[in-house]
Amino acid sequence: MGPALSSYESLYRKFTQEFETSGQKGKIIVQVGSATCEKAAGSDLVRQEFAKLIQASGRKDILLKQTGCTGRCAREPIVGVFIPGQIPIKYESVTIHKVQEIFQQHVIGGKPIASLVLDKKTETLYSYVVTICSSNRCGHETARDTQALLKKCLAAHSVPIDAVRIFHSGCLGLCPKDKVGKQHVMMVLPERAIYRFESEQDLDEIVQSHFVNHRIDIKHQIHTDFITEQFFSLYGDVAFFNKQTRLTLRNSGLIDPESLQDYLLNKGYEALARVLVQNDPAAVRNEILRSGLRGRGGGGFPTGQKWINAVTYTDDPIRYVICNADEGDPGAFMDRSALEGDPFIILEGMTIGAFAIGAQMGYIYVRAEYPLAIERLEKAIATAHANGLLGKNILNSGFNFDIEIRLGAGAFVCGEETALIYSIEGKRGQPRIRPPYPTESGLWGHPTVINNVETWANVPTILLYSADWFSRIGTKKSRGTKVFALAGKVKNTGLVEVPMGTTLRDIIFDIGGGLQEGRTLKAVQTGGPSGGCIPAGLIDTPVDYDTLADIGSIMGSGGMIVLDDEDCMVATAKFFLEFTQNESCGKCVPCREGTLRMLEILERITEGKGEMADLEKLRRLGKLIQKTSLCGLGQTAPNPVLSALDNFQEEFLTHIRDKSCPAHKCAQLITYEIDIDKCTGCTLCARRCPVSCIAGAPRQPHVIDQSRCIKCGECFNVCKFDAVLRV
Amino acid sequence: MHADTASRLDADILEFMDACLQKEHPKSYLIAVLHKIQQRYGYLCQSHMDQVAQHMQIPTAIISGVSTFYHFFRLQPRGKYSISICLGTACFVKGADKVLDAFRTELGIELGETTPDGLFSLESSRCLGVCALAPVVTINDKVYSKVNAKQVPELINTVKTEERV
Repeated sequence: MGPALSSYESLYRKFTQEFETSGQKGKIIVQVGSATCEKAAGSDLVRQEFAKLIQASGRKDILLKQTGCTGRCAREPIVGVFIPGQIPIKYESVTIHKVQEIFQQHVIGGKPIASLVLDKKTETLYSYVVTICSSNRCGHETARDTQALLKKCLAAHSVPIDAVRIFHSGCLGLCPKDKVGKQHVMMVLPERAIYRFESEQDLDEIVQSHFVNHRIDIKHQIHTDFITEQFFSLYGDVAFFNKQTRLTLRNSGLIDPESLQDYLLNKGYEALARVLVQNDPAAVRNEILRSGLRGRGGGGFPTGQKWINAVTYTDDPIRYVICNADEGDPGAFMDRSALEGDPFIILEGMTIGAFAIGAQMGYIYVRAEYPLAIERLEKAIATAHANGLLGKNILNSGFNFDIEIRLGAGAFVCGEETALIYSIEGKRGQPRIRPPYPTESGLWGHPTVINNVETWANVPTILLYSADWFSRIGTKKSRGTKVFALAGKVKNTGLVEVPMGTTLRDIIFDIGGGLQEGRTLKAVQTGGPSGGCIPAGLIDTPVDYDTLADIGSIMGSGGMIVLDDEDCMVATAKFFLEFTQNESCGKCVPCREGTLRMLEILERITEGKGEMADLEKLRRLGKLIQKTSLCGLGQTAPNPVLSALDNFQEEFLTHIRDKSCPAHKCAQLITYEIDIDKCTGCTLCARRCPVSCIAGAPRQPHVIDQSRCIKCGECFNVCKFDAVLRV
Repeated sequence: MHADTASRLDADILEFMDACLQKEHPKSYLIAVLHKIQQRYGYLCQSHMDQVAQHMQIPTAIISGVSTFYHFFRLQPRGKYSISICLGTACFVKGADKVLDAFRTELGIELGETTPDGLFSLESSRCLGVCALAPVVTINDKVYSKVNAKQVPELINTVKTEERV
């Protein structure tokens, strides 16, 4: 298939030329985040404000761009100001009031505003950013020494220490194969120079050349196009990002998700072109198998094996690929963000997969709750069509493949593959017994490969950089990276992509910044309603498919909710069970009836009516449901309850025996009282009480009639003097 | 408040169904058709579903089965402003239950109900994927982030004020 390469090359040339002639090069770029979360934080208004100011200024050298979500959700909207030759500056929590200031001082005046910078650590800005690769997964324990050494060298050459900021990054993957862990790698901004060195003398030479003579030290510079270079050169100076290894999310926050040009100029569609040129579907299947990629939707089934199965059992010529974007797990938003930030990578991954198994048609099954993701996908599909990257004769290779979007309609069970297939067929999404697996008999009875969004996003990367390269990241049984949606009681909520095997501690404390002041970690919930609660004591557990299963949770699709001492484990278990109970499709009895009975028991316990025997009943029922349910939803539904019982039995006992909820979450186990010393008699609580059970004359201490109190907490919420006590 | 429930489906929706009928596996587009109808009319009324049944030659029982299976489909009209409180995990641990209670008290309606003046209806949603800004509330298409119970009366008043203008 020779024409594929020339078609890709001419497409690449076309976009490069367009880029060159569009005059984007050398321009000042103002980049505003644009994703559901960014918009919720007000990014649209910020973008409009910048547009107004740019227009009013009459400057033609300022370009306003949009990008997907960087994953730094808690600090949105995020605005990047990239002036050629200067360190890229990112501003956090930008409001329209700050736009004017940023525009005048920085964009026009060239002076960044230190106080508004994302995750600022100091009030001063610096001239250089040095990122030292400090992954210790390769056995390299000397990163901290490198920093000390660098500081020493800088001092020896009288480079002002304030001018250089030093950061540590996760593995950049830049060591030569035979010298893994023996060399040091660092990247210097704004020049984007990457240096590799072994000895102190090497470093001294680099410092002399780069920081003193302001010339790149060619002797130690390496030229590489490592995968996260673009991302790191923009975000390498933010602690939240530089501990991450961004493979699937590398373009999010970097490119305009609606621009094929941006995607193509960042290695987009190169993998597909190579695959089509090589024209060997079996080789693609084997490469994916060799990479060790496992399903990112939570099941962890080897992706390559799934693809091989789809061509092994039947010679049916009609085959399908499906992208499962039915991210129904509450507390997870990886897929939404990926689709909104880089839709083309999903299309490319699916096209490669379709070629590998000989499918002619692909479907993306996406939640109706994600309108922006749907809009971006639709645009991406149309653009890919217009450029010969989808449809008939893709890249002139003779390969035909098309993708259609199908909307979900709010049924969690449709994340299960057989249910999802029924839903695409326009039916009720109820799972069926497997086998036959969809790879044998799937959509309309034809062999079908279903992979999750994140799995598809990994495919082009593996084929670009090889299975060997991919399998060096992560742990032995879980290769590559995993994206987690970090939320709950953690400071830096957002999306985090880390190599498999990273510990929960690294994720929550190093990247997540730990908990809010004064709070202590109680548990980490992974895997959503199918997962479990990992107690704080197990925080040093490396996160991969197998270790999480060993400690009673699951990887799941990547939701990670941090719980602190104010969270009640019984109430949390009840919350998840309410969810699965509600989402149970009703087809099989253990799930439909069993979860309901478990929920009734939990409700009893949270209302103070629990009995000791309830704990044993919960365990027995839970195990029965796990063993006898038809599909994954039912089989995993008891997990949150069983893992809470295993790890936090004492808390259940307190609810049952002492009729008290230590976290003050369970309404029926709380009493509200008024502190007569603090009460000023303002009457506010008495007026707001829905059952009028608070009595007292104005300016006299009030009293709550406990026999009539419905424990709604309204008095506690409205009191301005903290006089209402919750005990 | 709402279009006559016995009304004919709009021409473009009928055309969309015609287009679906031309494709391979036409009946698989049922959910897409129902989405279109709900988007236009706010909910799925019996008469509209019957028209779909006739037009696409799908038994009413199947349409009824599908429309009741998926939570996203509403079979009752909703208020002009649909308030949806996210009860996903992240919102839950950040106190979405209290926000919901505040809406209940302020509007005097329960989940799934509409105020007598037809202005507001109260719904819950399962995770909008905006977890980092929890708790999240949407009023029609507008997303409000980091909502707390105390802001609820103000939020409702804002909408009422806009309505009067």
